[in-house]
Amino acid sequence: MEFKDYYQIMGVKRDATQDEIKRAYRKLARKYHPDVSKEPNAEAKFKDVGEAYEVLKDPEKRAAYDQLGANWKAGQDFRPPPGWDQGFEYHRGGFSSADASPFSDFFESLFGREFSARGGGRSGLHAHGQDTYAKVLIDLEDAYRGASRALTLRHTGLGSDGRPRWKERTLNVRIPKGVHLGQHIRLAGQGEAGLGNGTPGDLYLEVEFRPHPIFHVEGRDLYLDLPVAPWEAALGAAVKVPTPTGPVELKIPAGSAAGGRLRLKGRGIPGTQPGDLYIVLQIALPPADSEAVKSAYRELEKAFEFNPRVRLGV
Amino acid sequence: MTKDSSSFLSGDVLEEDLEFTLTELCRVCSVSAERIIELVNEGLVEPRGKNPARWRFRGVCVRRVRCAMRLERDLGVNIAGAALALDLLDEIEIMRARLKRLDI
Repeated sequence: MEFKDYYQIMGVKRDATQDEIKRAYRKLARKYHPDVSKEPNAEAKFKDVGEAYEVLKDPEKRAAYDQLGANWKAGQDFRPPPGWDQGFEYHRGGFSSADASPFSDFFESLFGREFSARGGGRSGLHAHGQDTYAKVLIDLEDAYRGASRALTLRHTGLGSDGRPRWKERTLNVRIPKGVHLGQHIRLAGQGEAGLGNGTPGDLYLEVEFRPHPIFHVEGRDLYLDLPVAPWEAALGAAVKVPTPTGPVELKIPAGSAAGGRLRLKGRGIPGTQPGDLYIVLQIALPPADSEAVKSAYRELEKAFEFNPRVRLGV
Repeated sequence: MTKDSSSFLSGDVLEEDLEFTLTELCRVCSVSAERIIELVNEGLVEPRGKNPARWRFRGVCVRRVRCAMRLERDLGVNIAGAALALDLLDEIEIMRARLKRLDI
């Protein structure tokens, strides 16, 4: 098992005051909190910081940890010396994060007794099981048609020895038509088992879309950048446009400008209030790569008194 | 939730199909009714219905309550601060989606 340098994780000196430790924790927690952070690995970092703070904020645990000595380096192979914590008395409880994943092996090897004692099924106690959360990644097309997915979920459970450990299970789940980004599918009774005769909790699956090569999703609405030729924009045209349910014919009005938006009502993600599909026009210029095209451009130049920079006053 | 013939699990979409009473919301979010009432008074979640016994919370409230509780516990913000953070996070989310669409 790897040694964890809690002082290094918190970015504080070994002789930091409790106030300094709290300040460092708050700062790191704001930076890596999974609800607010977009940092890569925010969740893992937040967990590390939480574990470090769990030890360093508590003078009893901190003193026991300090007892291991300052010579250990992060990542070094570690076995707790026998009887290392003799003479330290811990108070039970004080674990703030009831729904957090278990702390590291390193933490448990030092303070594990309390952790294992927590939540151990006392006989005669009945309690509703915890609700659990997971993510499900789907394709945009799945939201239009509905789909099914086999999900492999890892969750913590208590082993026969009463210690928490990872368990794996596979669920076959129907993805209902019309779900969109950030919504949750509730699977009743698929959460953590209840204690005693308590009913099991529910499993919530948060929907996330795999990035789509041509459509962008915003809530229920879809956006598509549609390149059109200059003459199609100027004169109007009927062009084929892809939608998640197949191509449709779209009329480009004469005199359309680049950036103009056309709305295909109800062609967004389906539902009781279906979203819309917005077509954003982009004017594509044909490359002047042959004498014929070059002369066509020259004809165009001759045909106009056109200053595209008139609004810039030049 | 139903289990159909081909043994696929079907669920409800929290934000579309589900509404919660005060008791149900307490259970789903693992918080006391007093805390939920505090959150309502702070405008962090807005139920339909005149008094707590008749309150109905939309599914989206679950995420807001759970997130507020985590922010309070982990960052030490109070309920008003959590409400502000949640509103700002929603706004950031919309802007992020827009930036992504414009490829900036």
